Amino acid sequence: MATKLKRMAPSTRSSFLTYGMVIAAYVVMQAMLSGGLLTSSLKGMLVPICAYVVMAVSLNLTVGIMGELSLGHAGFMSVGAFTAVIAAAALQNTVSNGPLRLVMSMAVGGVFAGLVSLIVVVPVLRLRGDYLAIVTLAFGEIIKNIINCVYVGMDGTGLHFSMKDAASLGMAADGKVLLQGPMGAVGIQKLSTLTAGFLLIMLTLAVVLNFIHSRAGRAVMALRDNRIAAESVGISPTRYKMMAFVTSAVLAGLAGGLYAMNFSSILAKKFDFNTSILILVFVVLGGMGNIRCSIIAAAALTVLPELLRQFADYRMLVYAIVLILVMIFTNNPAYKAFFARFRFRRKTAGKETA
Amino acid sequence: MSTILSVENLNVAYGSIHAVKGVSFDVNEGEIVTLIGANGAGKSTTLNTIAGLLRGKSGSVTFMGEDLGKIPPHKIVSRGMALVPEGRRVFLQMSVQENLEMGAYTKGGAGVPADLEMVYDLFPRLKERRRQVAGTLSGGEQQMLAMGRALMSHPKLLMLDEPSMGLAPILVEQIFEIIQNLHKAGSTILLVEQNAQAALSIADRGYVLETGKIVTTGPSGELLASAAIKKAYLGG
Repeated sequence: MATKLKRMAPSTRSSFLTYGMVIAAYVVMQAMLSGGLLTSSLKGMLVPICAYVVMAVSLNLTVGIMGELSLGHAGFMSVGAFTAVIAAAALQNTVSNGPLRLVMSMAVGGVFAGLVSLIVVVPVLRLRGDYLAIVTLAFGEIIKNIINCVYVGMDGTGLHFSMKDAASLGMAADGKVLLQGPMGAVGIQKLSTLTAGFLLIMLTLAVVLNFIHSRAGRAVMALRDNRIAAESVGISPTRYKMMAFVTSAVLAGLAGGLYAMNFSSILAKKFDFNTSILILVFVVLGGMGNIRCSIIAAAALTVLPELLRQFADYRMLVYAIVLILVMIFTNNPAYKAFFARFRFRRKTAGKETA
Repeated sequence: MSTILSVENLNVAYGSIHAVKGVSFDVNEGEIVTLIGANGAGKSTTLNTIAGLLRGKSGSVTFMGEDLGKIPPHKIVSRGMALVPEGRRVFLQMSVQENLEMGAYTKGGAGVPADLEMVYDLFPRLKERRRQVAGTLSGGEQQMLAMGRALMSHPKLLMLDEPSMGLAPILVEQIFEIIQNLHKAGSTILLVEQNAQAALSIADRGYVLETGKIVTTGPSGELLASAAIKKAYLGG
């Protein structure tokens, strides 16, 4: 086993470490859950943590690997969340198996988020830097406002849509309103579980890590490092940027589905600019392009506000101070030199075996 | 000798600035042809337009009998043209070997290890540093890397944009020696240079550009000897 680990490419070894970390965390959490060792507030956060981890990893694909700042990632989460909720309700009578229905409706959420991202990808391919950030920010707001005016209901004949109010849905007597504009989606069946979240994280990691180490991932990183050089070796910017962006959006849609089905009701307001920024903070704190650390950052920063509850009114102040301190210390030359020492040793070891 | 690249009456403009005004020239198989001229003469603009990174307003670029006018830059590479862009544009965060592998992007496949050896034979310095991140290389090494990366695609035409820019004289000498070696091995090269003396000393033919127009052309020996050229570009 040890020799096998040594013979692996460093990137493969790093990927396995990431998978291992997630599996270990899942096993510990599952054990604590069945042992009744978790407080109820922490128990309620397990699925959101999983969703945020997926969001952080998928945003890292856009921000870290593609090198483009996106401020509307919560918009894709929102699209995924609401379409998944509607899909879950629509499938209630045909698919009785809960986990299967969860997977199917999350898949619907992912597909819709992907379709919406095909619209956003048009400016993404033409803009860079601040301008792209502004467009994605606007996208997040537009999605929030659109969902705020949509009414969806379901009766025996199928789904009904309206942009006016619940009454204009024109449903039969047995009709049930699924999405009530600014009141959000209500009466959601709670299908999400820690295991589902864990599996989604593993799927996301498999997709993102394989993408990064694939031909396409290399091409995306080459475009990020130097667009002109990349084009001069024959890389098509359109194709690969689109691939990365749409993949990231689909994963965000899946995470949205998982997140929404952890609650009995959910509002479009939940997926606003603050959520997009929160996810970006996970990525920046974990390190752009660093998948493993963005997972840790997402989990830690989701739990942190809960743990800081004892500070009451000063909660957000302490949260901000912790963030700033972490950023200062991880940027400290002494800290970097300390970790660079380990990296150096690993590199020379690799040379000897090569 | 057959013509490999032919540029006809090329006009390129950046907005209202007319940078290249009706430039025409040919490159024949096995030749080193150089475009020389001062800053802002339109040399790099011409080269970038040939590679498809810029679009001309009018005129045509024909490569191996095919009009390149509508072909996007990433597809031009697979037709056998490689550009080493100005200013040593390497992928700074990738290792030397990864940079070279990116050069074989359009080809891929089984030939890559042999091509890597070919490049390492040309640039032994790169072999020593193949695991090093490209951002830590010196300027001259980055230039070698950019050239090596272009060679990985086995170009029928290699275009070099100011390979001597910002390099120490001894490195300039080395780079030009390598260009000569490539030429001897049969490569066709289009070289854009401000360092007219060095460029003309290795080229077969030269074109002199001045504010977007070709003012003189001829075999390098003649250009080197010409009094007008000497006065304008060679400092005396």
